[in-house]
Amino acid sequence: MSWLTLLISIPLIGAAVVGWIARKSQARAWFLSLGFVGLQFCVTLAAVMMFDTSQSARFQFAGAAKWLPSIGAEFNVGVDGLGLMSLLLAAIVVPFAIALIDPKTRRPGTMAAWMLLLQSTLIGNFVSLNFVLWFLFWELALIPAFFLVRGWGGPLRAKAALRFFMYTMAGSALMLAGMAAVYAAAGTFHLPSLALLSSGVTLSSKITTLVGGNDVWAAWVFFAILIGVAVKVPLYPLHGWLPATYSEADPPVTMILTGVMSKMGVVGMLRVVGPLFPDQIRIHSQMLMWIAAIGILASAWTALAQRDLRRMLAFSSINHLGWCLLAIFAAWSVTKPGVDGTAALNGAMLQIFNHGITAATLFACVALLERRNTNSTRIDSFGGLRAVMPVFSGLWGIALFASIGLPGLNGFISELLMVQGSFALNPWATAVAAGSLLLTAVFLLGFWQKVFHGPLNPQCGAMPDLSSTERLVLAPTLVLMILLGVCPQLLLKWLNPVSESLLSILR
Amino acid sequence: MNSFVQYLWLIPLLPLIAAGINAVLPGDVRRVAMGLTIGTMAASFLISVIALLKVAGGGRLYHNFDWFSLGSGHVRLGWLLDPLSAAMLVMVTLVGLCIFIYSVAYMAHDARQKQFFTFLSLFAAAMLGLIISNSLLLLFMCWEVVGLASYLLIGFWFSKPSAAAACKKAFITTRIGDVGFLLGIVWIAKENGSLLFFDGGGGFLEQAALEHLNGLAVGGLSAATAISLLLFCGAMGKSGQVPLHVWLPDAMEGPTPVSALIHAATMVAAGVFLIGRVHPLMTAESLSVVAGIGACTAVIAALIGIAQNDIKRILAYSTVSQLGYMMLALGVGGLGAGIFHLITHGFFKALLFLGAGSVIHGCHDQQDIRAMGGLHGPMRKTFATYAVGMMALSGFPLLFSGFWSKEAILHAAHSTVGSHLPFYAGLFGAVLTAFYMTRLMSLVFFGTYRGDAKHPPHESPRLMTAPLQVLAFFAIVLGFLGTPAWPWFTSWIEGRDSHFQFGHLFHLETLGLMIVSTLAVAAGVWLGWRLYFQRLRLTAEEKDPLQVVVPRLYHHLENRLWFDEFYEKTIISGTRRVGDWLTIIEQRLWVGGIWAAAQISNGFSWLSRCYDEWLINDGFDKSCDSLRGSGKEIADAHRQGLPFTLRTVGAAILVLLAVTWLWFGKGGAR
Repeated sequence: MSWLTLLISIPLIGAAVVGWIARKSQARAWFLSLGFVGLQFCVTLAAVMMFDTSQSARFQFAGAAKWLPSIGAEFNVGVDGLGLMSLLLAAIVVPFAIALIDPKTRRPGTMAAWMLLLQSTLIGNFVSLNFVLWFLFWELALIPAFFLVRGWGGPLRAKAALRFFMYTMAGSALMLAGMAAVYAAAGTFHLPSLALLSSGVTLSSKITTLVGGNDVWAAWVFFAILIGVAVKVPLYPLHGWLPATYSEADPPVTMILTGVMSKMGVVGMLRVVGPLFPDQIRIHSQMLMWIAAIGILASAWTALAQRDLRRMLAFSSINHLGWCLLAIFAAWSVTKPGVDGTAALNGAMLQIFNHGITAATLFACVALLERRNTNSTRIDSFGGLRAVMPVFSGLWGIALFASIGLPGLNGFISELLMVQGSFALNPWATAVAAGSLLLTAVFLLGFWQKVFHGPLNPQCGAMPDLSSTERLVLAPTLVLMILLGVCPQLLLKWLNPVSESLLSILR
Repeated sequence: MNSFVQYLWLIPLLPLIAAGINAVLPGDVRRVAMGLTIGTMAASFLISVIALLKVAGGGRLYHNFDWFSLGSGHVRLGWLLDPLSAAMLVMVTLVGLCIFIYSVAYMAHDARQKQFFTFLSLFAAAMLGLIISNSLLLLFMCWEVVGLASYLLIGFWFSKPSAAAACKKAFITTRIGDVGFLLGIVWIAKENGSLLFFDGGGGFLEQAALEHLNGLAVGGLSAATAISLLLFCGAMGKSGQVPLHVWLPDAMEGPTPVSALIHAATMVAAGVFLIGRVHPLMTAESLSVVAGIGACTAVIAALIGIAQNDIKRILAYSTVSQLGYMMLALGVGGLGAGIFHLITHGFFKALLFLGAGSVIHGCHDQQDIRAMGGLHGPMRKTFATYAVGMMALSGFPLLFSGFWSKEAILHAAHSTVGSHLPFYAGLFGAVLTAFYMTRLMSLVFFGTYRGDAKHPPHESPRLMTAPLQVLAFFAIVLGFLGTPAWPWFTSWIEGRDSHFQFGHLFHLETLGLMIVSTLAVAAGVWLGWRLYFQRLRLTAEEKDPLQVVVPRLYHHLENRLWFDEFYEKTIISGTRRVGDWLTIIEQRLWVGGIWAAAQISNGFSWLSRCYDEWLINDGFDKSCDSLRGSGKEIADAHRQGLPFTLRTVGAAILVLLAVTWLWFGKGGAR
């Protein structure tokens, strides 16, 4: 059994075991789930140790098995630097989320079981090298996610879950159609082989040949797959499912949704959309970059007007991941590989990890705040909390400033690289999007002022500061934020070769 | 390569370590926290002095290193030691040290003293890191951390709503400029690859890159002009230049040592330092913009300053005005003069702020100068040192540092080939400065005490007055480093040799300028003397003499020329409105478009039903049934509220498709 199969199986088995035990004892099931994610984390660490960094553009720990040869579907797995980083992200965020499940919540063990299942499918998606397998995990991930949103959270959660499910399913339907066209044209679902096409007879030209010379069809296939992936990230006008889902779901669930699941979309962009259709991105790059840039600005601006903490953070997530898309579109807008494209891709990949841990930490803080006896997340229902909970405000403050992009914390480097790469390739769109850097500071500090500063709201006077367990739960990601802010090379040594090789096969 | 410069990072690292340790110490170990902060700062000061001695004869040392890999190369950072950074290092560490020691007494009664010293150390580390950067990227990073430290310190008393608002305002206003700064940085990265200042020919302040940037034309400007203007945006925010000056007076909500350290002596100097650092990149066009903005700032802030009544706000506007002077100097090409004024101002403005703190302390937290008065008796030491600071700021001739540095600026502005307007603005500003400082002195230290008679003012403890005396000493002697007879400092900064020539003092232009500026100061002092000293204020409530003479002008000035109100009515409410609109689009417009999409899908299901019932009849019963079934399913699902989601999806996809379609049309034409 290869490393990657093991990584997919541990949480899968865990989900079954924990789910079974949860029928008898929820608390014990929850505790056991921590064991499984802990084991998963250790195996991931072992994989990180075994990973050959000097070859990080190659797919390592590769495994292959016949599956459905008649349609070209094989069980093909492997990780390059990007995949490894995504595995690490999943191994960090999921335990973090499980640790933050409120023991007083309804059926915490069942929730943890669903989370384990979600982790398994997400990892499956991150390591898949076959389009069908990738798509299978992509769809499977929706099931635990749907039940997690549906089962726990605010009063409107059922509606939100349905919308979330239907919206992403609709996107997937488009993608499925696109996939069929890809197979018809290229005769393979193996993603690395499909990516190699761009250095010879491109996938687009194969599709054009297939339909008899009309090159519009290649664009339709491209957009079908692009939209399917973009819904999940999401790209701004396709984000309709997100605010309700993120704000209705229980914060630990949102941690995984924004921390890892949305990254499935960004990784998909880098793994599928970009390598398969570099020429299509190039043709439409101006439009795509402007859509992304306007989305970046609009989402930050919408966040500014939100009165609810979770909704504000939801729009902030759209904003931060919009940057990834802008950078990705920018990187593939050029024919010649150059340092600008590499910077943009490095930034986008680094942002996957950075946003993952930062957004998860922010929602973790929301979870801890909600635990403190008030069920409201309206921003103006608090006030002056820093006076009664200095440690909490200090730790939350670190995550807050990481999200603003303060140098010395993780968010800055990825933002800088994305701005640098995108600016070189489309200065005006980037300048428009850069306005969001200011708006982000405005709404985050505005929230901070209303919740933590000013005179103490008498209703919040009795709120206890963080317990030492809670501090310990928050500590790892905060340490990572500082570590990656000072030493981004820790991840970039994996990512930089991947970016280079992604762009080097361009013609 | 000199090995000393490789260890230059020790200067910012020591305070950073202190900040780190303080942050995790329990809150009640104040002595350890204070000791660490002050001890590391003293050590940094000593290293800075050694650094200064290393480059006392001029020269430039740097050391670069790889930070992370990018493409086939690396992003590199580095340390730089040259006269500019050495002078700044010594100024920041020395002034900082005085202020830290002063804070021990000033903050003695505050429960969160440990946090205060933690933030001070963080601030010092960031500021010192900024100074020794040999990379625009590293400089920007430290620049932002300086912004964070100032956010924390302005909002130190965060329970006060005014402090909570002020710290946010400071961070956001400076960030407006920083967005431009960041774009300038990435533009340089695009053109030059490296963001290092100096790198054996590869840095962007070196010949090759400068020629390249000057040669590139972007919309009628050279790239160098455009980039340097973007960088200047950052400097405008940090150094409080009009129209981004509004945060600085509000920043006085922080404890007074913070005002002295950050918003007078060091942090706001970062913008001036930045422009000084990238001076080789500045073109004639961008320099004229810098000079123009600087001149406007110098005059507008000084004007507002004459009608303020809060002792710290007067000094804050004075700081804005003096920063305008420095920018003016850099803009007319007087790099050495601008930096000279930055250094002298650092000392005497810190002195004035700490003096103000001592006055506030002595008057039981009173900040309104109308309620003070007669303090020269009870607060002798404060009065004496404050008088030195006042005379240095106003530019009293010959003996005070402010005179010589202002002289150097006026000299540069007068001898520039460009417009002479900045020179006249500078001269007018000098009159105003002398005027408002005379007003301040008269109201605070002379006449009778107008506060609560039961609690007479008292002198501050020795720990507070001693730093004042040290700063007063430097406020006097520093001037002699840059007199026209021996312009050592200015030449050193600009990399020229200088010799002592007493005769230079009596050159016609030099002597003439000295006389003119002395006359300007005399005019300002005379006016202030007539209005405020000859008829000393008797009660706190009576009208200001200026209010009697020019009521309308006074009204506008007292309200700070309505900058804040203007921004509130335009930019701030506009931003808020756009946010609300976008939320409405989010909730209503999408749903409206979605409704249309839902009607279309309803139409389809209706069509399929028609198809079933009318076109295909008995012969196809089974397929008919299944089709009808599917139509019914869709319709049922609709009734259950499912299509709401479909509507959303449909509308979003339709919009994207429409855009795509338009794009294709264009593509086809191509």
